[in-house]
Amino acid sequence: MGRMNCSMDQELQNELSNRGVHVTSLEWIYNWGRSNSIWPMQFGLACCAIEMIATTMARYDLARFGAEVYRPSPRQADLMIVAGTVTKKMAPLVVRLYNQMAEPKYVIAMGACAISGGPFRDGYNVLKGIDLYIPVDVYIPGCPPRPEALLDGIMKLQKKIREQKLLGPDRPRHADREASCDYPVPDYGPNDLIPTCNAYT
Amino acid sequence: MISAEQIREHVLHARPDAGLELISNLCPSCQDSLLVAAEDAVEVARLLRDDPELRLDYCSNVTGVDWPERPVRTPPGSAPAGQRMRAEVAARPGCFEVVYHLFSMSLKHGPVVLRMRTENRSDRVRLPSLTPIWHSAEFQEREVFDLYGIRFDGHPDLRRLLMWEEFEGHPMRKDYLPPAEDDVREPFAAARNRMVQ
Ligand code: SF4
Repeated sequence: MGRMNCSMDQELQNELSNRGVHVTSLEWIYNWGRSNSIWPMQFGLACCAIEMIATTMARYDLARFGAEVYRPSPRQADLMIVAGTVTKKMAPLVVRLYNQMAEPKYVIAMGACAISGGPFRDGYNVLKGIDLYIPVDVYIPGCPPRPEALLDGIMKLQKKIREQKLLGPDRPRHADREASCDYPVPDYGPNDLIPTCNAYT
Repeated sequence: MISAEQIREHVLHARPDAGLELISNLCPSCQDSLLVAAEDAVEVARLLRDDPELRLDYCSNVTGVDWPERPVRTPPGSAPAGQRMRAEVAARPGCFEVVYHLFSMSLKHGPVVLRMRTENRSDRVRLPSLTPIWHSAEFQEREVFDLYGIRFDGHPDLRRLLMWEEFEGHPMRKDYLPPAEDDVREPFAAARNRMVQ
């Protein structure tokens, strides 16, 4: 049980473990639970969403990672998979949905469109990356990314969650009372969204 | 299969004074089309829909075309031997065009391509709406209005369809310029830099 990150002597820990007593830190068990039950929000924006749906189905079986429970309400979701083209008309709604999710929350930008606008980057109507407005944890390139790539992205996110600290100066936003999680929803302007990006930290 | 030429003759037989012009297409597709004068469009459309031999009862597609003003080269006329004449260049005025693709569900023929043109690209951009004839044109005419700025007279609900209400301009016009890329990334990069420091 070496991966159980706690300050106890390793040999003693192994010994206890052999007798059916598991000793670990609160942080480890908390992150272990969170990382194995990432509930994504049920929404898709374009073709990438079809690949996301395929990932949840029997062949690729996202349930193996505890992330198959797609929630139709942002209040119950831990993960927003931005799967597809974010048009400027849709962007404020995506930001609003993100704001409605409860902490701790994570974002995966799936596909070239969600990362940068992709093939539509030079268009007048497509947002040049959802990270202009909300923070993204995992970027998955591809057009569309294969289901395996999404699985890999989820595993990367699980790794990230497991490594998050509950205390200390580098703890994540959700563990920091002072940290702001205010992401302003942009307005529709005469030829673009106002502002054109959020200056988040 | 009735050709566009036959349809034109058929319509002119019923309405001899209708402005209906055949535009032939020399591409391999050979899809000839009919250019109808704006003032006769509703009459002609109703005839195309109701005529027992045509019965074009389904409008599958409506789209816009932007024709900017551009020079047209006309081939040189007969030049005296040994002397080369230069091609004449005349400016063709710009206009907007709406294209309707019509099919007949009952007689199983089509598509028939019907086109209408505005007088220019600036102030005279009104055309009659064909939504009262083919209801399926309603959203597509709204889209053409949204993206090309063609005003359809007689449309029941002419609002923007794809862009938001506050949007200014019509992005599919050839002279539309989207906001510059730098405007988007610059403040973002500045914010990122602040974050790193
Ligand atoms: S990245 Fe490609 S597949 Fe994904 S939404 Fe964009 S265009 Fe569609």
